[in-house]
Amino acid sequence: MTHKQRSQRLPVIACIITALMLAIIPMPNWASLFRPDWLALTLIYWTMMLPRTYSVGTAWIVGIVLDVAQGTLLGQHAIALCFVVYITVKFHLQLRVFPISQMSATVFVILAFYQFVLFWINGVAGVNAPAVTYWGPVVIGALIWPLLTLFFTSMYYRVKQRS
Amino acid sequence: MAATRTENFHQSQRIPALGLRFLLLAGLSILILIVDYRGNHLATVRTTIGVTVYPLRVIIDAPISMWNQLRDHSSTRNKLRIENSLLKEELLLTHVRMQRYSALEAENIRLRTMLEARTRVKNEVGVAGIMSVSANPFRHVLVIDKGQNEGVYDGQTMIDADGVVGQVIATDLFSAQAILISDPDHALPVEINRNGLRTIAVGTGELDRLDLPLLPNNADIRVGDLLVTSGLGGAFPAGYPVATIDTITLIPQEPFASVSAKPTAKLNQVREIMLIWSISDEDDAETEE
Repeated sequence: MTHKQRSQRLPVIACIITALMLAIIPMPNWASLFRPDWLALTLIYWTMMLPRTYSVGTAWIVGIVLDVAQGTLLGQHAIALCFVVYITVKFHLQLRVFPISQMSATVFVILAFYQFVLFWINGVAGVNAPAVTYWGPVVIGALIWPLLTLFFTSMYYRVKQRS
Repeated sequence: MAATRTENFHQSQRIPALGLRFLLLAGLSILILIVDYRGNHLATVRTTIGVTVYPLRVIIDAPISMWNQLRDHSSTRNKLRIENSLLKEELLLTHVRMQRYSALEAENIRLRTMLEARTRVKNEVGVAGIMSVSANPFRHVLVIDKGQNEGVYDGQTMIDADGVVGQVIATDLFSAQAILISDPDHALPVEINRNGLRTIAVGTGELDRLDLPLLPNNADIRVGDLLVTSGLGGAFPAGYPVATIDTITLIPQEPFASVSAKPTAKLNQVREIMLIWSISDEDDAETEE
């Protein structure tokens, strides 16, 4: 069991670190409006597949690190990612059997919730931005979801075979 | 075999205490949010986690700096010679200007001592490179490659060759985060160089525009006026150029004119910035004694 868990751990942690790097890589201003929420997408997939190993705790730690990396209020991304992962884990059995189009639509809704939490906290803290700008990552995230799942799934089966 | 399978099935159906864990973590997040919003109490936490993120930043920055180095290596001898002669010319010009400046500074100090006014603050300057800009498009925050190990402190002023760029808001051990003057959360006390009229320049979220929301309709302002730091807030040293006024719209029924200014610093083109260490002459005198 421990061996299995360890062999599952490394690729997933690599995924999360890569997602974190993609999230803080510098980009021109217009492009960063369309930057997908890499960490949210990665966490949705892996917590759906391995909800016993990765759950809200992982999401919280990753969120705090993201807050520090992006210089936002400490806890903002933590609570948003926790929320995303809570929904995902709660419904992980249903989500796993969804066809890809339906899953994309679900990811769209989850990402919209995610951005809404960020938008809400920004609003309370006085960082005002037009609400339209929050939609870019949501749409792009739902669009790239099929490709991401393809990539992650191949990884998931390789991990399973090895263990 | 069958028993373990059903057991697995039951296990994977129900994640123990998921709701409880979520509520606990959400509550903890809200607590941290409030503490972080109220003040800078969590600076050490940020620093500690920031150290773990630092290697990632270095990795991200590596291709860019490698590309720059490659470009430097591949520039031809001829190009370098031309650049060299250009730089020599510029140095000469700067020296000539500096001569006048040092004479003026000496005169200024003399006049000030005659007036028995407090001597002005003397500034030390150091160069820092920009490692990355904020991933969050609503905030104009960048990360520089000098941190607490080089004596960078919160609130330190950042300039480039043309004017004020921003100030440091958080320091890690090896890097620091700085907010640009164009960030919507940033306001800076300025005065108009021509007549000393004091006001506040507020960031707009656009890199090439600052707002001056507190100028009345009858204020003595013109398009092209230079705004310099007034030094009144205590955060910025006085006398550094900030922006030039580019549009003035008078709205008769409103008490304040709508005035916008263009920063003199090239906020979106800088690769290196200068940090200012303010050292007042009194402190200097104390250390010399």
